[in-house]
Amino acid sequence: MQTDLLSEARRQAEICNACRYCEGYCAVFPALHRERAFSDGNLTQFANLCHNCRGCYYACQYTAPHEFDLNLPKALAELRQHSWKTHAWPRRFADLFDRSGMLISVGLIVCFGLFFALVQGMRPESGAGFYAYMSHGLMVAIFLPAFLLPLLTIAISLRGFWRTVGGADLRLGDLWSALKSAGRMKNLEGGHGDGCNFEDEDRFSHARRHFHQAVLYGFLLCFASTSTGTVLHYVFSMQAPYGIFSLPKLLGVPGGILLCVGTLGLAGLKLRADSELGAPKAWGGEMAFVLLLFTVAATGLILYAATGTPWVNWLLPIHLGSVLTLFLLTPYSKMAHGFYRMAALTQEAGAMRRADSTQAHMSLGKEERR
Amino acid sequence: MKAGPDTYDLVVVGGGNAALCAAITAAEAGARTLILETAPKPYRGGNSRHTRNFRCMHSGPLGPLTESYSEDEYLADLMKVTDGKTDEHLARLAIRTSEECLPWMEQHGVRFQPSLSGTLSLARTNAFFLGGGKSLVNAYYRTASALGVEVLYEAAVTHLELEGDTVTRVDFTHEGDRKSVSPKSVVVASGGFQADTDWLARAWGPAAKNFLIRGTPYNRGIVLADLLGQGIAQVGDPTQCHAVAIDGRAPKFDGGIVTRLDCVPFSIVVNKNAERFYDEGEDVWPKRYAIWGRLVAAQPGQVGHVIIDAKSLDLFMPSVFPPIRADSVEELAEKMGLPPEKLRLTLDAFNAACGDTSGFHPTELDGVTTSGISPPKTNWARPICEPPFYGYSLRTGVTFTYLGLKVNERAQCSIGDRAVTNLWAAGETMAGSILGQGYLAGFGMTIGTVFGRIAGREAAAHAN
Ligand SMILES: Cc1cc2nc3c(=O)[nH]c(=O)nc-3n(C[C@H](O)[C@H](O)[C@H](O)COP(=O)(O)OP(=O)(O)OC[C@H]3O[C@@H](n4cnc5c(N)ncnc54)[C@H](O)[C@@H]3O)c2cc1C
Ligand code: SF4
Ligand code: SF4
Repeated sequence: MQTDLLSEARRQAEICNACRYCEGYCAVFPALHRERAFSDGNLTQFANLCHNCRGCYYACQYTAPHEFDLNLPKALAELRQHSWKTHAWPRRFADLFDRSGMLISVGLIVCFGLFFALVQGMRPESGAGFYAYMSHGLMVAIFLPAFLLPLLTIAISLRGFWRTVGGADLRLGDLWSALKSAGRMKNLEGGHGDGCNFEDEDRFSHARRHFHQAVLYGFLLCFASTSTGTVLHYVFSMQAPYGIFSLPKLLGVPGGILLCVGTLGLAGLKLRADSELGAPKAWGGEMAFVLLLFTVAATGLILYAATGTPWVNWLLPIHLGSVLTLFLLTPYSKMAHGFYRMAALTQEAGAMRRADSTQAHMSLGKEERR
Repeated sequence: MKAGPDTYDLVVVGGGNAALCAAITAAEAGARTLILETAPKPYRGGNSRHTRNFRCMHSGPLGPLTESYSEDEYLADLMKVTDGKTDEHLARLAIRTSEECLPWMEQHGVRFQPSLSGTLSLARTNAFFLGGGKSLVNAYYRTASALGVEVLYEAAVTHLELEGDTVTRVDFTHEGDRKSVSPKSVVVASGGFQADTDWLARAWGPAAKNFLIRGTPYNRGIVLADLLGQGIAQVGDPTQCHAVAIDGRAPKFDGGIVTRLDCVPFSIVVNKNAERFYDEGEDVWPKRYAIWGRLVAAQPGQVGHVIIDAKSLDLFMPSVFPPIRADSVEELAEKMGLPPEKLRLTLDAFNAACGDTSGFHPTELDGVTTSGISPPKTNWARPICEPPFYGYSLRTGVTFTYLGLKVNERAQCSIGDRAVTNLWAAGETMAGSILGQGYLAGFGMTIGTVFGRIAGREAAAHAN
């Protein structure tokens, strides 16, 4: 691990541990206050618990120009970024994180090209809807491994992460509380329920939380749409294209719309937010990733609207190219954060459960003082 | 300033809690209000930005507060710490009004920490700000600006022109220029004078030059001196300040809460000659840290040195600066600039005076005491003998001064036997009207909120 990122995060965490004013904002502070000294694993865990809501920056009496120079959201964002690199598998792809913006562009171009070539050269003899352009078998042959391989590498990365952060027994209850937290985006609520600080300095709003939820739920709906399509295809032998009142469409169309709204919203907020409160070097990659998600959703929707027109010729490769890029880059792009976030929330739920049961860490924090 | 210098109903001098409460209240009553804050925006909010809680009376569970806290109990707590040097009439007014303040604060954007663990004694008496005082200040600035209050940062008020019993002009500097405004009403909420160490030294003696200032460097008492110099009624002992013992490595200004050091009860404290000078175990630390501010101030160089050993390291809140660490007492003395042989002697004498330590209990007065040395240590007296040894330095950290403007129950200032028709004061700058000495945690914000709102209301009524 890069020692300067760790030692900067440690320096700031020690100040926070002596201060404790931000206790109620998010899951990071209760976790931090349980420790007296911070291991590299602790800090990595805090970094992945932090949702970059920025509440603790705008509330901090020690931000620059004060000599303590607190900027916890930034210190944790940079460490978080770095922790994904160190846990990436295979290791030698770790540096791709740094270039993920560029990688996304290059990936898109390569994948488009690939699909254009396939579409032009290998158009099937027969088939309806999209399969008139590319055979179902070919799509599966490309997408199944493109989907499964990244998942496998993510699983390996997460195992390493779990070890780093000292994850102990994994309980279903912990996973459930992590799911609830992520589903509500509790850590973007700000403790008081007014939301987070992001686009307009210290003003609290739910904009980021709601747009992020739109992305999350939109993505899950799209995923569910694809899954039901697969089931219809294989189990019930019902071939695409499906009508508007079919499950794939009932899930996919709202999902696509949510994803479009959410990604555009997040990109807009990101343009207004102060990049110095995140990991400035990752800004480009994150933005490219948000726009990639938008491309996936938007081209999917347009493609559906364009069924039966010659536009499909163009739209299909663009859509499939972006989906393929998204899948392949999952372990090395912002997409990975969802997995690490879930692991960190699960680990925190477990740590809280263990601390509750031992009562060993009764808070020393609130004695009479000013 | 968007408007002309004569068009303001109210000018508020200062930009902390009291100032903001006054400005918001006045603006809600329709007053055209201008805040003049001497600090630049990142440092706005004076000492209020360092606070953490607000002490509040309540007759039943209220917001984050549990059970109840009656007027009489609150007053009794106050009387205890001030040794009776309290203006009971104004104190009761502050206490009684504090109950309606809490919902008012919430309506104006302040958010409180939910009482995380119900076991805390302070969860009953004090409401903690979520994010601390700076988040409170931020919320108030947002609320004020939504109400049309104008704020000028880096606007240092230098003089209030008094004609008879009326303030006719407010002079200030802004962006290098001298400017003036002539509002109908003025509220002064610019804190004490503790950041002016020359003034402190005049009041306290030259030792004060070595004091650290826990809060803002901007409360230099300029307006206070200006008004007192023109004969505005004064209150409070000019030689008194509230001071506590803090980590000696803290910055000169604005170190705030994190410079607190809670390990004294488990230590011995020596001066720079490696001599002990006071009972380290007299009482639990929260009740003693103000006393230690004065004790340290009386030592040569105004510095103390805290020595603990390995077994005590985890008994207190971690502090912001790591302790100095050494494997032997002599090495520690070397690193801390203390005479090694002398420290060895002091420590040996102390260790020899320790007796049965089996009753040691870190959070209660355990009666584990020394015998036969002076000064004794009357609680938590365990020999300091387990390496590694750890050391911290202690210095006097000033919180605020008591000298201030005398106000009545309408927060109005006076000159001679008359009220000044259009001048009110709120917060630390008039706190001496209520507290003669001592301090009760969370009462500073109570005074600022209660009297800030009163001043804002009165100032707006006058302007209409
Ligand atoms: C570290 C620390 C922690 C504390 N914690 C607590 C706590 O938890 N609870 C509590 O109740 N109290 C606490 N106090 C005390 C509390 O800070 C004060 O009682 C309270 O903040 C006073 O508010 P105020 O508005 O009167 O003054 P301040 O908040 O100090 O505001 C004074 C304002 O006046 C401005 N100013 C000064 N001179 C001029 C000038 N010439 N022209 C224009 N503007 C000027 C300053 O920049 C500042 O904005 C603490 C104090 C310190 C130092
Ligand atoms: S971010 Fe600042 S205010 Fe918050 S806990 Fe840390 S030091 Fe305290
Ligand atoms: S940025 Fe938000 S989530 Fe991250 S540590 Fe600060 S308060 Fe917590």
